[in-house]
Amino acid sequence: MEWLRTHPGLFLGAVGDHLLLSLTGLAIGIALALPVGIAVAHRPRLAEAAIMIAGALRTIPSLAVLAALLPLLGVGFTPSVIALALLALPPVLVNTVIGIRTADPAALDAARGLGMTATQRAMRVELPLAAPLIFSGLRVAAVQVVSAAALATFIGGGGLGDLVTQGLALLDTGRMLVGAIAIALLALGTEAALGMLERHLAVRVRGA
Amino acid sequence: MIAIEGLTKRWPGADRASVQDVTFAVAEGTSCAIIGPSGSGKTTLLRMVNRLVEPSAGTVRIGGEDARAMEATALRRRIGYVIQEVGLFPHWDVAANIATVPALLGWDRPRIRTRVEEVLALVGLDPARFAIRRPHELSGGERQRVGVARALAGDPPVLLMDEPFGAVDPVQRARLQEEVLRLLRQLRKTVLLVTHDVAEAVRLGDAVALLRDGRLVQHGPAAEMLAHPADGFATEFLGNDRMLLRLALVPVATLPRHAEPAPGPALAEGATLRDALAQMLSGGTTTAPLTGGGSITLADLLAFAGGGMGRA
Repeated sequence: MEWLRTHPGLFLGAVGDHLLLSLTGLAIGIALALPVGIAVAHRPRLAEAAIMIAGALRTIPSLAVLAALLPLLGVGFTPSVIALALLALPPVLVNTVIGIRTADPAALDAARGLGMTATQRAMRVELPLAAPLIFSGLRVAAVQVVSAAALATFIGGGGLGDLVTQGLALLDTGRMLVGAIAIALLALGTEAALGMLERHLAVRVRGA
Repeated sequence: MIAIEGLTKRWPGADRASVQDVTFAVAEGTSCAIIGPSGSGKTTLLRMVNRLVEPSAGTVRIGGEDARAMEATALRRRIGYVIQEVGLFPHWDVAANIATVPALLGWDRPRIRTRVEEVLALVGLDPARFAIRRPHELSGGERQRVGVARALAGDPPVLLMDEPFGAVDPVQRARLQEEVLRLLRQLRKTVLLVTHDVAEAVRLGDAVALLRDGRLVQHGPAAEMLAHPADGFATEFLGNDRMLLRLALVPVATLPRHAEPAPGPALAEGATLRDALAQMLSGGTTTAPLTGGGSITLADLLAFAGGGMGRA
């Protein structure tokens, strides 16, 4: 804590970098996964393939993803963000596909029978019904990305991970602990906040 | 009115047509119940009318207009649609659910609000209490009523119902059938409904269409079909109690009124021959008193039933 008092600027900078990394990675991941999920959900073969690929991607450890990108993209912010986007992709993609595929078939049949066009059906019924599951995928992705962003330090991406590696190198336990605790709190906070939003959303959609 | 002609559906890869060359019409303001065993093509036939299933051949005319020449979504907005599972949108309240078709038709807000209250009252739900409720807060019967209200909201001349009361418990079902029947008569809707329940079919359908393996076995007024099934299959499908079902369609006034008084409570004004028979059975009598004096006899009742059974 002594370190935190003497280096508030360094700490806040690291937090800012960490959040910027996480949010950018997450945003790119979602921007890719959501439309792809929506596009493949109604094509059983493609949907299965997407879920399989996402599953495979998910089993690769975060550090391995970062390491694999190093020779391809070099070091710094951009490769870190790309690696984080890759991590965010699977949970959002899988939950989007499953959310749409498990939306109440009776409600969808009624929507068609009452004369909604395909777009109206998707926007007014299908996506709202899939929203709680999609959001749950988003929460998993966010927590994963916030945690994994700590590893960006290994390829020079910055963030709170820097404090940990510096602390280790300089045998500065205070600096290391501040970094480690901040990463943990950030991940826990993300989980708690998004979890609350998710329950709220589920009540809005399903009423239970 | 609904005119179905030569309607056929052959699914790709199937060895026989799911619906084969079916022709019949439902006159303006009347109802027709499609019955048949499972897999006989009832639902497929119904869903071809609003083109949820595209016919392989044949035509459907709604009020004289060729359904296949219209845009499918425009056609469906003019046809009410009620299904067994109801399919209410869980993320919308009752008012928004009912407003689905009016909103699609582009009605303005005040008109939609008025209409929602109107149809809620029609199906026997208090608008003040139910408009803002969510589907999960409703009982099964209430949900089905909202489903009917949603189908009626755009004031369509034609209504399609697929097993509309199949998911409701038996006590509720009888009441719902009664109320919906009265409502549809009052609104002069042309109704095509699917059911596997013969009793429901003859109760709700002015006419009945019997399907087997996608073909129309028999089509005609409910009482007529019960009295004269076309073949062995029809006889078996309509069941041993078809005469009882038929008696339930015939008012007591059909039988000659005898002057002699009879014991027991008088049969109500709208009573049917089935009510009369039930009263005789429970009282162990061969006569039943009528409102306004006089009585009917078991002998006349049997003679009526025997006449109807002549060809069977």
